[in-house]
Amino acid sequence: MSNNLYYKASLNRNILDRCLTITTTIFAIIAILPLILVIGYILFKGGSQINLSLFTQLPEPPGDDLLSAGGIGNAFIGTILVTFIAAIIAIPVGVGGGIYLAEYSTGGAFSQFIRFGTNVLSGVPSIIAGVSVYGVIVSTKILFGSNFSALAGGIALSILMLPTVIKTTDEGLKLVPDDLRRGALGVGASKFVTITRITLPSAINSIATGIVLAIARAAGETAPLIFTALFSFYWAEGASTLLDPIATLSVLIYNFALEPYQSQNELAWAASFVLVVMLLAMNMIARLISRGSSFNN
Amino acid sequence: MSKGLNDQYLLRRRPSSERYVDIGFKRIAIAMASMVAIVLFGILLVVFLGSLESMGRYGLNFLISSNWNPVTDEYGAFTAIYGTLVTSILSLLIAIPLGVGTAIFITENIIPKELREIIGLMVELLAAIPSVVLGLWAIFIMEPFLRPFFTSLNTNFGWIPFLSSIPSGPGIAPSIIILVVMILPIITAISRDSLLQVPSRLREAAYGVGATRWSAIFNVILPAAISGIAGGVLLALGRAMGETMAVTMIIGNSNNFSFSLLSPGNTIAAMLANQFGEADGSQVSSLMYAAFILMILTLGVNIFAQWIVKRLSLKY
Repeated sequence: MSNNLYYKASLNRNILDRCLTITTTIFAIIAILPLILVIGYILFKGGSQINLSLFTQLPEPPGDDLLSAGGIGNAFIGTILVTFIAAIIAIPVGVGGGIYLAEYSTGGAFSQFIRFGTNVLSGVPSIIAGVSVYGVIVSTKILFGSNFSALAGGIALSILMLPTVIKTTDEGLKLVPDDLRRGALGVGASKFVTITRITLPSAINSIATGIVLAIARAAGETAPLIFTALFSFYWAEGASTLLDPIATLSVLIYNFALEPYQSQNELAWAASFVLVVMLLAMNMIARLISRGSSFNN
Repeated sequence: MSKGLNDQYLLRRRPSSERYVDIGFKRIAIAMASMVAIVLFGILLVVFLGSLESMGRYGLNFLISSNWNPVTDEYGAFTAIYGTLVTSILSLLIAIPLGVGTAIFITENIIPKELREIIGLMVELLAAIPSVVLGLWAIFIMEPFLRPFFTSLNTNFGWIPFLSSIPSGPGIAPSIIILVVMILPIITAISRDSLLQVPSRLREAAYGVGATRWSAIFNVILPAAISGIAGGVLLALGRAMGETMAVTMIIGNSNNFSFSLLSPGNTIAAMLANQFGEADGSQVSSLMYAAFILMILTLGVNIFAQWIVKRLSLKY
């Protein structure tokens, strides 16, 4: 029996320890392998096709021209437009709901239910959001008689953004020290002024982080758009464009990936490159904003 | 003189307009918060009402019949339900060890902190890649690469019913792999957060009484973090069940039932994405019924996740 405290590599428990460490190392490598492979192929297959005409041309219907599939101009604008519509709907509703939960609620049944509902809503599959918007808006033509439209797509995406915006607003506001609120109320500010001038500006970093992440998630979504915004081979023009079907990058990738024509498939890779660069940039921006946050321990 | 003092210490009277703004703002906030409930009930109601016709016609038979035939207008969702459950559960079983292992790797002191942060960042960026792009990658890169492996599984273990068909491209097995890629970041991120929340005195105490790194992890740290990890795993299960695009693109969308993981199959979400746009009549209602089943499944999993986080939380 040994009675010193030196590390013995040959002990069973130390061998087991090293085996497990090696196993997790392998697991971690497997976990980051897909990211490297996916990003690598997108850079390789999509990045090589990036040029200006990609953004100025329209996609061509499959089979028209076997050599070229055109560009992604309208889909690029469409993604921005639909995501923008979703953001204008989801941000006020989400921030308002978050303000209620963090500033007004006293932990009663209503606020508990809203918090619970927010969690449940964030777990609703995106395709279901698409199906219900189709049922309420598209099939009933309730929006000025138009069925598939950019507006319907934006509404479907806003449902997916809402829980993220509410949660980050709620959590961001809860990190603001109560001293600030008491100080504001103490010098005679009303509740409205306290919230809009003191607590919201203090929490703006974490709220903005959540909003940017929610926008990034919505911009990459496809499932809610395939039967709400549908697709279009034309430019979005004029004011009526909100009520017409609109092309988006994600739906373009989906449609063109399944075509048997190689030029369409290539265009799907190019669109993936543009979409992934946009989303990774937004994630980086969100990260930079949250780093500047004042109450983020 | 006295009047001056009074003026100095009198509280400013709030103008009534300020009160109205205050009350109005609160009402607006309450209205916005209620939107969550309205949207949630709205979704449930739309899907439920849409599926009433099909529910009345097929009842619970819908769940066990695998005959989905738009031509004869007869519908049963067993193929899609089987596909949904099999893909989500098997991908979860693969992703749990990978995800929790990675989380341990980037929270324990195995490699330098900078490297750990880079790996953590990469896993989070993986979550930012849209599912349709992963689907594109799966069709053109992953599935052709994995097919020889699946073929050899079939030639060597073809007597097992789950491996009994010859892989011909899209199928359940590649969709399981792509689901693993999609839910791995969720499990890793949530496990890492809950591992980081374990008080460091627990870890120090374990090392202090002579535990090795892994006996400290298995006996002290993982049990303390189990509520968060279990919650994350269940959230990932819900996500895997409802995941649509990548699965639609790689599962083959076949309505013919087969036990084999190597043959094409279907999930509820994939079926919706594929058929809902072109469906009419009673097919819409049947698709809504399938959507309702998916909704109930994910709702159940999510509510169970919230309950288990509360239930398993250790109080230290």
